[in-house]
Amino acid sequence: MNTTLCDNVEWVGYVDWHIRDFHGYSTNRGSTYNSYLVRDRKTALIDTVKAPYVPRLLANIQQHTDLGNVDYLVCNHAEPDHASGLSAVVKACPSAKVVCTEKCRKALAGYHDISAWDFEIVKSGDTLSLGERSLVFLETPMVHWPESMMTYLPEEKLLFSQDAFGQHYASAGRFDDEEPCDVVMYEAKVYYANIIMWAGKPIAKALEAASAMEIGMIAPAHGIIWRKCPERIIEAYQGWIVCKAQPKVLVVYDTMWHSTERMAEAILDGASKPGVHARLYSVRKNHITLLATEVLDAAAIAFGSPTLNGTLMPEVAAGLTYLKGLRPTCKSGFAFGSYGWAPGGAKAVNEYLQEMKFELLREPLEAQWTPTPDILEECRKAGELLAEKALESACAV
Amino acid sequence: MQKWVCDVCGYIYDPAEGDPDNGVEPGTGWEDVPEDWVCPECFVSKDDFSPYEE
Repeated sequence: MNTTLCDNVEWVGYVDWHIRDFHGYSTNRGSTYNSYLVRDRKTALIDTVKAPYVPRLLANIQQHTDLGNVDYLVCNHAEPDHASGLSAVVKACPSAKVVCTEKCRKALAGYHDISAWDFEIVKSGDTLSLGERSLVFLETPMVHWPESMMTYLPEEKLLFSQDAFGQHYASAGRFDDEEPCDVVMYEAKVYYANIIMWAGKPIAKALEAASAMEIGMIAPAHGIIWRKCPERIIEAYQGWIVCKAQPKVLVVYDTMWHSTERMAEAILDGASKPGVHARLYSVRKNHITLLATEVLDAAAIAFGSPTLNGTLMPEVAAGLTYLKGLRPTCKSGFAFGSYGWAPGGAKAVNEYLQEMKFELLREPLEAQWTPTPDILEECRKAGELLAEKALESACAV
Repeated sequence: MQKWVCDVCGYIYDPAEGDPDNGVEPGTGWEDVPEDWVCPECFVSKDDFSPYEE
């Protein structure tokens, strides 16, 4: 495995082929915890790995240098997938100072006993000389947490971007030119949608700050390193931060006795116009990770739930709760669903859509017991509204 | 009018701009921002804001 980014800069992290549940995110292709070793007159390790994989990290470092030679442990982000190994690494590297923001020091204190750690606190614009080369720090609050920062190696035009530009993608290749680019781009999109979709504005600020840097390579904290085409992932982010819509319609629903499902199919039928990508998703048959990914660049979405015990179905509520937190922007759509003797499901869905600031294309569309031919025709017409919106949104960008 | 900064993430509340995406109209002074309003970038409450010195 080629792990060399450039002269004396090595990937020393861990490839997690087996993880399939990353705090609820369905990681179908595994992940990596990327850690980088920068050797000069001083040696810096940038980020660590999950605690159980520290022995592998230390062994990887030792292929290049003695642990006693590590001078700095740069912690870009205190989240446990990158920093739970830090306690063990601090112990193993007795000369090393932990380099991080003040907010990161406080967050680390919440996870570790830091009483014996030696810190070097940095802020945006600070430079740490390693000898011939140096590290420059850029605070990126909320990308991904308040304490987060990126680290830049200007002499190599190399940005250690932490979670930004990452992907949950386990692979033998470490670089974008060693792996199928379309798959990696898709996993970058899944990652963006499920981890940082809500942080569009902070990411826009970070991208603006990073635009002052000359970037030849981007080394994120998960997945492959963007060596061949860093501009491709930056360009993708420019679209994702504004949830730039494709001419795509989603019909997302749950059903009990197929009434809401028949409505969903009629809506899909109405939305299936030339130039529109219309897709049908049952929330009980699809993981929320996929749904969030689809929502990121959808223009218009209909969410449906029958009425169960006077309100919406639990799987629909779970999906909408997850999406509400991810805060997709500039979406339109409507709620629909069937009921027996008392309505409630579609109205409850509608409340979620209002909270998510959807442009509502119509009132909740409801059917009692089973949808009549008239109701199904109304569903098809409602689907046409979604299609019109999708074509309009896609033209606007 | 006095601006306020989020101690957690650094977001600055500018009364001239308000936070229209979250129902706070431009021109709304800090004292009139609803108590249940949260930082639009990191979700903490008004208690985690301090007066911003430019």
